Amino acid sequence: MTDQGSQTNATAPQRFRLPLSWLGVAPFFIFALMFLILPTFRLIVGAFENPEGHFTLENIQALAQPSIVSAYVISLKVSIASALLGAFAGFALATAIVRGGLPEWVRASTLTFSGVSSNFAGVPLAFAFLATLGRLGLVTVLLNNWVGFNIYAVGFNLLSFWGLTITYLYFQIPLMVLIITPALDGLKREWGEAAATLGASNWQYWRMVLIPVLWPSFLGTVILLFANAFGAIATAYALTGSSLNIVPILLYAQIRGDVLHNPNLGYALAMGMIFITGASNLAYLWFRTRSERWLK
Amino acid sequence: MGETFLSIENVTKSFAQTTVVRNVDIAIDKGEFVSFLGPSGCGKTTTLRMVAGFENPTAGRIVIDGKDVTDLKPNQRNIGMVFQSYALFPNMTVAQNIAFGLKVAGASSADIAARVKEMLGIIKLPDHGGRYPFQLSGGQQQRVALARALAVKPSVLLLDEPLSALDAKIRISLRAEIRAIQRELGITTIYVTHDQEEALSMSDRIVVMNEGRVEQIGTPVEIYNQPRTRFVASFVGTLTILAAKAVDAAKGTMSLDGQKIRAGKPFPASASKNISVALRPEAIALGKGDDNANRLTVKVVNVNFLGSIVRVKVRSGAQDISLDMFNQSTTAPPKVGEQVTVNFNPDDLVVLDGQPQA
Amino acid sequence: MRGKAWAWITFALGCTYFFVPLIGTIEFSMRMKRGEYSFEAYRVVFGDERFQATFGYSILIAALTIAVGILIVVPTAYWIRLRLPNLRPVVEFITLLPLIIPAIVIVFGYLRMYNSSSWIPFTATRRGTDILLMFGYVTLALPYMYRAVDTGLRTIDVQTLTEAAQILGAKWPTIIARVILPNVLIAVLSGAFLTFAIVIGEFTMASLLDRPAFGPYLQNIGANRAYEPAALAIIAFFITWGCMAVIQVLSRYAPKSASRPN
Repeated sequence: MTDQGSQTNATAPQRFRLPLSWLGVAPFFIFALMFLILPTFRLIVGAFENPEGHFTLENIQALAQPSIVSAYVISLKVSIASALLGAFAGFALATAIVRGGLPEWVRASTLTFSGVSSNFAGVPLAFAFLATLGRLGLVTVLLNNWVGFNIYAVGFNLLSFWGLTITYLYFQIPLMVLIITPALDGLKREWGEAAATLGASNWQYWRMVLIPVLWPSFLGTVILLFANAFGAIATAYALTGSSLNIVPILLYAQIRGDVLHNPNLGYALAMGMIFITGASNLAYLWFRTRSERWLK
Repeated sequence: MGETFLSIENVTKSFAQTTVVRNVDIAIDKGEFVSFLGPSGCGKTTTLRMVAGFENPTAGRIVIDGKDVTDLKPNQRNIGMVFQSYALFPNMTVAQNIAFGLKVAGASSADIAARVKEMLGIIKLPDHGGRYPFQLSGGQQQRVALARALAVKPSVLLLDEPLSALDAKIRISLRAEIRAIQRELGITTIYVTHDQEEALSMSDRIVVMNEGRVEQIGTPVEIYNQPRTRFVASFVGTLTILAAKAVDAAKGTMSLDGQKIRAGKPFPASASKNISVALRPEAIALGKGDDNANRLTVKVVNVNFLGSIVRVKVRSGAQDISLDMFNQSTTAPPKVGEQVTVNFNPDDLVVLDGQPQA
Repeated sequence: MRGKAWAWITFALGCTYFFVPLIGTIEFSMRMKRGEYSFEAYRVVFGDERFQATFGYSILIAALTIAVGILIVVPTAYWIRLRLPNLRPVVEFITLLPLIIPAIVIVFGYLRMYNSSSWIPFTATRRGTDILLMFGYVTLALPYMYRAVDTGLRTIDVQTLTEAAQILGAKWPTIIARVILPNVLIAVLSGAFLTFAIVIGEFTMASLLDRPAFGPYLQNIGANRAYEPAALAIIAFFITWGCMAVIQVLSRYAPKSASRPN
């Protein structure tokens, strides 16, 4: 087509011609370079530089110090726990609305609500959980008044690993529902019928067909949820302040006040985050391609 | 006829307010290939699904090989089923799909391998065992689905519009292939289709269904040449349906727009003199025909060239009749507006049940 | 009752988890006056000058984000469909990057690249920082905006519409403004409301760029007040809910993929 023509013309010796069709996407690429790619690239380069601008691996090695390692560990724990719990709960909910024979309004309202709550993150979400499960929250108070059960006396704390995980589930579960519902819709009724006529029990059908078919979508979504939780900061920061030492909060503190006393170590910290979310997204894409191939 | 192997006995199926299958009563012999033919919503698929066990009859019973299976679950009936959408398991290779039923039944891996190899040979895809369904064409997928259904040696094979999703060419070749495999294995088969050509070309017998009822059961030749009802006549093949007035039912004579004709055999006398008769386009010829033939003087209103045949529309009174003639260089088709004589054999004139519609 | 028991139980459990925090927050937000339920917290919030100022600021930034986002995304998506389909994977990959790179990392990059001693000192002035924040939000919204517009373009036959307009003598600005945009308007609006929902309470970028936006205000109230945060959470929930409701309503008016030759 025309763009190929202009591409070859631009390199041809006879006469310089501006490749006009590229002009149409130039603003986008300039924007992407300036506000997405170069800033990220700058950090990655910075991660391999010492303050004098020379190449070094010291920053990467410095990530191994205990305070940073523990931040990564807590971050990974919260992200993995909220991704797995969110995935299983979301899967159960999606299965209920797709295959449970519930009325249509249940499905429609669940999907609409999922759209809302998957976007209801950040600071207000933390407020909602503080008002519910905080020391003076409704559930805490009611449990104490009605059944005399003080959840804080048995070691629960909203400003902790489990508190953060339960809070994250509020956007993780709906996200799972939104992503996995189309995959469940893609399961054909005829597969079940074919399996039944071939003598398979319901459990054999799940074990040999449904679970293997859904596995890539499921795993892919778990990874997506993981990355989603790993990069989140606003909810955690509003909920726990800086009392819970997760990577984004550490990075936030580093950006504000260089708490690590080494700007380049901050770059390495950021690069570690990109590495983890990037790798998990690649894995997600790989799984998605697999499941799309099957569910065509 | 042989002994009955599968019988559908007075089966009725109602959903909430509507009854979709009414008193269907069909007896199928061992090894017979029976098609359920009818428009969508006629109850043919529901009947098939009751045989498979996916739906429970509201009344009546289903017996396979002397055993009442009405209350059995699908996975206890030992039937094979092929679906319009192929329904191959996407996560399994062709070989694994074919092996599924055997594996579920707990067959040894040696037996499974041998049977899979045999089935791949039967469907003429010996080298495709390692492929995944998404790597196959529609026709290949449907052959694999057939092999999967047959691998467990089911007592009955059910096919639900298996060719509807395929291209016309593959449809025709697969028709012959399915029929050949069915004959070779001698398996009792029910084939659901809305395509009359499929039903006519493949079946031992055809069950024509409409609005939940059986309209007629018969061999393809019977269904085509002696449609018993107006519905069968109009649904199967091209047919001209004409209104006539009975003259003498016992002699089979009648009057068509004032011209006297007769049917090959007597027809039941009814209260009304108004009757419906049907004629196939290919049964009518130009000219006077032999002494025995019915003759009509008609006016040519349209000549339509269709390649190998020429379809001529002629008018008798206010009724149009279609007739087909071969495209031959020796006989030129008539001209529009011409007055001609056409003839047809009395045996080709079918007197239909029921009143002609206004 | 229709449906299987386990499905109803699962649904009920889901409802419990999702509604209890909402109920808890509503209840908490009304406890401000001792001994009675009142809307006092809401009155205080709405009467707070900083609420009005930061909310107004965030709406303004959101509006600018949407405008700039549309200007960048619509022509690009259109041009990719029409002339440069080969570039499609590249552009799609770039639009997905903001989902991979956490916002905190992106803004960290901005602070290093555009500080007062750099070649483009965005952060040297307040106005410059506002613009930088706006571009940051365009970046965050990019995946959603691009996908909404691209889906909208897929349902109309871009090529034929463009050629038809050209034959009738239309020039490029006319084609985009009068032919393409109206046809993808619903998709663009959906993307716009989603962008609004994301941007209005955004905390990380606004906080690190030190702008007086709604997100940092929320965080500040949360750290210093008791009942107002709950009221703000309910307000924020209804803003999100409103945006999603608008998107749902809009989707009913979206052109269904009409007869297309493939």
